[in-house]
Amino acid sequence: MSTSLGTAVSFAVAIAIAVSACGDDRAASSTGDALSPASAATSSPADNKISIVGFAVPEVANVAIADAWAKTSAGADIEFETSYGASGDQSRAVVDGLEADYVHFSVNSDVTRLVDNGLVAQDWSAGPNKGVVSSSIVVFAVRSGNPKNILTWDDLVEPGVEIVTPNPASSGAARWNALAAWGQVISGGGSEADAEAYLKSFFANVVSLPSSGRDATATFLGGTGDVLMAYENEAILARQRGEEFDYIIPDTTLLIENPGAVLIDANPKATEWLNFVLSVDGQREFAKKGFRPIIDRVDYGEVDGANKPADPFPAVENLLNIEKDFESWSSLSKKFFDEDAGIITTIILDSGKAS
Amino acid sequence: MLWFSILVLIPLVAVVAASTDGGWTRFWSSITNDQTAAAIRLTVTAAAVVTVVNIVMGTLIAWVLVRDRFVGKRILEVLIDVPFALPTIVAGLVLLSLYGPDSPVGIDVANKRPAVFLAFLFVTLPFVVRTVQPVLSELDRDAEEAAASLGASRLTTFRRIILPALTPAIAAGAALSFARAVSEYGSLVLLSGNLPLKTEVTSVRILSSIENDNRTGAAAVATVLLAISFVTIVAFNVMQKLAARRA
Repeated sequence: MSTSLGTAVSFAVAIAIAVSACGDDRAASSTGDALSPASAATSSPADNKISIVGFAVPEVANVAIADAWAKTSAGADIEFETSYGASGDQSRAVVDGLEADYVHFSVNSDVTRLVDNGLVAQDWSAGPNKGVVSSSIVVFAVRSGNPKNILTWDDLVEPGVEIVTPNPASSGAARWNALAAWGQVISGGGSEADAEAYLKSFFANVVSLPSSGRDATATFLGGTGDVLMAYENEAILARQRGEEFDYIIPDTTLLIENPGAVLIDANPKATEWLNFVLSVDGQREFAKKGFRPIIDRVDYGEVDGANKPADPFPAVENLLNIEKDFESWSSLSKKFFDEDAGIITTIILDSGKAS
Repeated sequence: MLWFSILVLIPLVAVVAASTDGGWTRFWSSITNDQTAAAIRLTVTAAAVVTVVNIVMGTLIAWVLVRDRFVGKRILEVLIDVPFALPTIVAGLVLLSLYGPDSPVGIDVANKRPAVFLAFLFVTLPFVVRTVQPVLSELDRDAEEAAASLGASRLTTFRRIILPALTPAIAAGAALSFARAVSEYGSLVLLSGNLPLKTEVTSVRILSSIENDNRTGAAAVATVLLAISFVTIVAFNVMQKLAARRA
């Protein structure tokens, strides 16, 4: 005991010293990955360094885009410093001083938080891409062979179907799923009361509400539930990595649009990076990792892991989006996810009371 | 003292201060919210039950480790610390694969309350064992033999001689294990399912408040946890003092 305690204490002291040595240089604590091969050799001057802060999902794609950019003259010799985590946490970290030149989040409200704090320009979403850098759609991940034959939103609320979805209360990203469930009722001609009724039966079938998308995937792959509410790109990426499950694209679903922005006092190179991300070459790398390109004419060839690699992104019959079906993030956050009175917050709470 | 202040006191005071940002009504409504209150109840009850189990089982394990000789003792000695050393999310994955729907042992507690108990039990196992063990091995056996030669039964010897000597160590271990359980997050999030009013624990509620940019609410709930842990630790400390005086 005394030796193990001694070890623990000296370990704790060592960590404390290491942390204090970093001082207030917050960037030092984030992972300093040298993404581009060109930059790995020597430490380049600071004006060649771009700090990327993003949510966890696009990390793999961003690495691929950085590799592609490094092969161009503009992108050569750029060194990246990257930090990936939960979208809301990352956004709050930037407000609290985490160094960032370029941010890539799951939901718009995480960028508007930076706008409100004067870190991102008011007109960040004025460009032709409206601030969106990557997109995907909400899909159902099911067990191999789809034993419960889950094909539609109505199938999800059948008795006995067990749903896993990240918790919209603690995961901003999970809100896309809940909104898709709501929106498909409205777009099918249902009233708000119908949508509420649908969500009630939906959450009555939810067996697990993990805190984040990543936890939800781990829970589902660990054997819980019949269906996981997922993003198409996450499903494709997981299958590229050898996980075995199927995914179903429902006839009506929601377009997920992830915003990206360059900060006001960022390295000018960050704007060039953003332009590359939005270009055909950048979007091709996104597509290879399962994201739907935000522009036409992207030649992505075959995408491994997709249901049909040769036709990885089939058109959705009725594709909803936030702008058309939900006004804006700020109004929908209040209406659906307010901590005390949000419609979906209340439904989730009631689902706990019911059983 | 300066070291202690920087590391512990100042952050604690900051949390308590932040919790009162919105005034008393805001504080009260944060912690009496149905979902939050249920989470606090579950967390504290589960932590208390787990602590009681640890007091009994931890002491028993320490006893076996100190007094018995058997094959594999050294290995067990090392394994005891594993739940403590494992990153909690890894512990969560282990628990999910062992006691989830694909359980190889046929026990599926996923998304049910026992999952919370199980996760707490798993991560708090070492505390009582590790505090009791050194005291037990230092314990003078002459006193036990004297008691036995004077005709005391084994039970009486245990109750009158051994237990009083161990009580301070048990109390210290129990306080640690309670405090750790109350704050546990990583090991249970995968297995418990975070279902509101059923398996959602307090740390998940704090996370939800933060996600909604409600730091005041998060701090309020944290303050309640802090108060509960503080009272418990003080209670165990008093117990320790009393036991020490009697011995």
